Amino acid sequence: MKIGVYPGCSLTGSARDYNESVFALAKAFDIELVQVPDWNCCGATAAHNLNRELSLSLPARILATAEKNGLDEILVPCAACYSRLIVTQHELKKNPELKNRINEIIGMDYRGTTKLINVIEWIDASIIPNLEGKITKPFDYKVACYYGCLMVRPNKVLNYDRAEDPQTMDIVMEKIGAHALYFPFKTECCGAGLSVSRTDTVSKLSGKIIEDAVHRGADTLIVACPMCHSNLDMRRPDINKYWKSDFKLPVMYVTQAIGLAIGLTPKEVGLQRHFVKVNIS
Amino acid sequence: MARIGVFVCHCGENISATVDCGKVAETVGKLKHVAFSTDYKYMCSDPGQTLIKDAIKEHKLTGIVVSACSPRMHEPTFRKAAAEAGLNPFLCEMANLREHCSWVHEKNEMTTDKAIDLVRILIEKVKINSALQPIRVPVTKTALVVGGGIAGIQSALDIANTGHKVILVERSPSIGGHMSQLSETFPTLDCSQCILTPRMVEVAQHPNITLYTYAEVESLDGFIGNFTVKIRKKAKSIYEKDCTGCGLCTTKCPQKKIPNEFEEGLGFRPAIYVPFPQAVPNKPVIDREHCTYYLKGKCKVCEIVCPTKAIRFDQPDEVIEVKIGAIVIATGFDIKRSNFFPEYGFGKYKDVIDGLQFERLASASGPTSGAILRPSDGQVPKNIVFVACAGSRDPAKGIAYCSKICCMYTAKHAMLYKHKVHEGKAHVFYMDIRSAGKNYDEFVRRAIEEDYVNYIRGRVSTIYERDGKLIVKGVDTLLGAQPVEIVADMVVLATAGVANPGAEELAQKLHVSYDSHKFFAEAHPKLKPVETNTAGIFLAGACQNPKDIPDSVSQASGAAVKVAALFSQSELTREPLVAYVNRTSPPMYSTCVGCFLCQSVCPYQAIEHEDFKTRDGKIIKTVAKINEGLCQGCGTCVALCRSKSIDLHGYSNNQVYTEVVALLNDY
Repeated sequence: MKIGVYPGCSLTGSARDYNESVFALAKAFDIELVQVPDWNCCGATAAHNLNRELSLSLPARILATAEKNGLDEILVPCAACYSRLIVTQHELKKNPELKNRINEIIGMDYRGTTKLINVIEWIDASIIPNLEGKITKPFDYKVACYYGCLMVRPNKVLNYDRAEDPQTMDIVMEKIGAHALYFPFKTECCGAGLSVSRTDTVSKLSGKIIEDAVHRGADTLIVACPMCHSNLDMRRPDINKYWKSDFKLPVMYVTQAIGLAIGLTPKEVGLQRHFVKVNIS
Repeated sequence: MARIGVFVCHCGENISATVDCGKVAETVGKLKHVAFSTDYKYMCSDPGQTLIKDAIKEHKLTGIVVSACSPRMHEPTFRKAAAEAGLNPFLCEMANLREHCSWVHEKNEMTTDKAIDLVRILIEKVKINSALQPIRVPVTKTALVVGGGIAGIQSALDIANTGHKVILVERSPSIGGHMSQLSETFPTLDCSQCILTPRMVEVAQHPNITLYTYAEVESLDGFIGNFTVKIRKKAKSIYEKDCTGCGLCTTKCPQKKIPNEFEEGLGFRPAIYVPFPQAVPNKPVIDREHCTYYLKGKCKVCEIVCPTKAIRFDQPDEVIEVKIGAIVIATGFDIKRSNFFPEYGFGKYKDVIDGLQFERLASASGPTSGAILRPSDGQVPKNIVFVACAGSRDPAKGIAYCSKICCMYTAKHAMLYKHKVHEGKAHVFYMDIRSAGKNYDEFVRRAIEEDYVNYIRGRVSTIYERDGKLIVKGVDTLLGAQPVEIVADMVVLATAGVANPGAEELAQKLHVSYDSHKFFAEAHPKLKPVETNTAGIFLAGACQNPKDIPDSVSQASGAAVKVAALFSQSELTREPLVAYVNRTSPPMYSTCVGCFLCQSVCPYQAIEHEDFKTRDGKIIKTVAKINEGLCQGCGTCVALCRSKSIDLHGYSNNQVYTEVVALLNDY
């Protein structure tokens, strides 16, 4: 099986652990991940705040490149990239004039035929059905699944899971033997892009998420977004300082948890790269 | 020779703002056979109608075209005026220059040209119109009331008190509806059951009312004054005449853990049950879905203990057919119950309940005998939060409309709580307080000022559970969008009022229209709020939109008057715009070949057989015949007829072709 993948900046930088676990999983399940050639920035949090056409042109160029290279389906592990790409697809589908204008800007022929899937959809379609017999170490931990904002929003565009109290990641975790805890903070804000400019806000918001998960007895948080991960993991010293606490709760990508369950080593799924030590193996 | 009159109405400025009415009148006035043409500001006004009548007499007009609004609005007005001037009313046609032209186009020459075309085609049509006579039909003076809540009860009693017969059909085992579930009522705080149960008893005892509980409307045929309804009386599994209502069976039934619908799931009932102690009729039914005998084939404890041997396990459903003249739909409403607001955790946390559940908690006859106790552990909540607009006025997640009753019942709930738990704290999150109504706003002020209910203007973003408490996170928009967090013991959601399950199905059975929210639609939002678009079928209560008790009762009485007015006539006249099968001289009798394809497509069962016989009774030919009483003039048979033997009075093929040809020809 062959499928396209768009890494975006995170997966080649701060979220290399995520990238490694995605590729390790794909390898274990005989899925060939083909990177979109000559890919560019998705626009991230900056473009759509500054220039609408730019914010649509950047993703449109990525999608047009994928189309040109015959990639019908693209896995987008980063929740923010996924959001930018799928929102662009949505906007250009409902507005043909805008589509022509964007095609003019990028100098390519974007048609909108590529199917975009997020990491949970990918796991649901390609990993879960082939899981039988593969689980060597059931992930027997109490987990709090944290979805953040971009996995399920905007609901009208994504039409995926429930915007409030989503369930898809919980179900995946139960499938590999975990106990998904009741976790009301699963879609609360982690501070998002303020990670760089206002670490105090991130400390407060992400701290609330960590605190509630700890309070409910979670062994680990499970995420599927590099931004959430960096706020909850990399900013942990700031969080602990702000909350005058010593939260040691690890934050794992959903792909890392599945990887461990099928017998991959912590290093194969990139756990050594985390800031908060992961005692789960 | 035809002498046609044309009357172009300005409709104030509704038409004249975009259509040059003077030019329309002038242009069509020059057409062949147009004997008179004029324009006027308000044709429907008294002087306008007089103008028409005078012109008919003075110019000896043989047909008129009133070019004004939709015929749905004023066709009866102008046809009546024509009749008063001695012209057959069906020689009056209306060109719709408002809805079909001025309202939907910009002001320019093309719009006026279109208006001229609309008038022109009707001039050609009216030339070949025939003078038709209204059809007279008898009236069956029995009314059907569907739904036995307060609206249905009031309508049934009012109609019965005018001396007419009423059949009241109720789906559940007892009449009473939601009102019987309520604890106390706003704005007077009098006990709901105390004012309702005398009415329920009156219904049961009224000589003019036949009550069918545990019954549903199966199908409806016919038309105003002459409906035939099939009612399915679901098997109660008891022989009612022998049952004394002693209640022994209900106490001995081994099934005791069935969620009680009347208690909104806060209590349990047995499989053979009476919904509540004051039920009318006060005789039990067996819930076959949960009864051990029907599930496993043995038990029959109720049969053994019944002192009068009234249990009938093999009782079948019974379908009865009744002739009725009018219908009042009073099927009520429901509240949204599903977990459509996952962030509020309704259905997940036991102590997040809805308004009807709170009514049961506060009711003296409820599961807690009126004590406000948390469903999870039976403790008295010290901190209670009420969320108004849980789903209402929220097009993104719930429904766009205001459910109307929630502001008032939330104030009532908060008050009832404070009256019962003096040391407790009650908080209400609201968007706006909508308390229009007699003594309503005073009631809300009383909750705030005398009972110290804490009203917070803002919405709740999420409710979650932590250490056995419910954390309610919201915002206070009057304090500059300041976040508010309340640690509550119990939360009551004023969930949106929605249409009853099955409303859509019933509307289709009764051939009445309904809106996108599945509420029954009135014939006119302002001037015909009690009528439906189907003649002879009226609306009462919350089946139209969420309503409180006074509004439901008022409308129910209004519907009853409409029925009484209908029954005051010995016969009804109706428009003769029906299909007819042609007749020719013998030996052909009709071009109809008797294939009766028309019979299979007629939605109103209006097509009958007619035999032509010799003197000795031998059948020469059988052809189709239209029952004028049943035909609704839909024209399906006309389109289907292979030998072109059927046509429609008022909209004949010839008339329609004439219009089309007129449109294609220049003038």
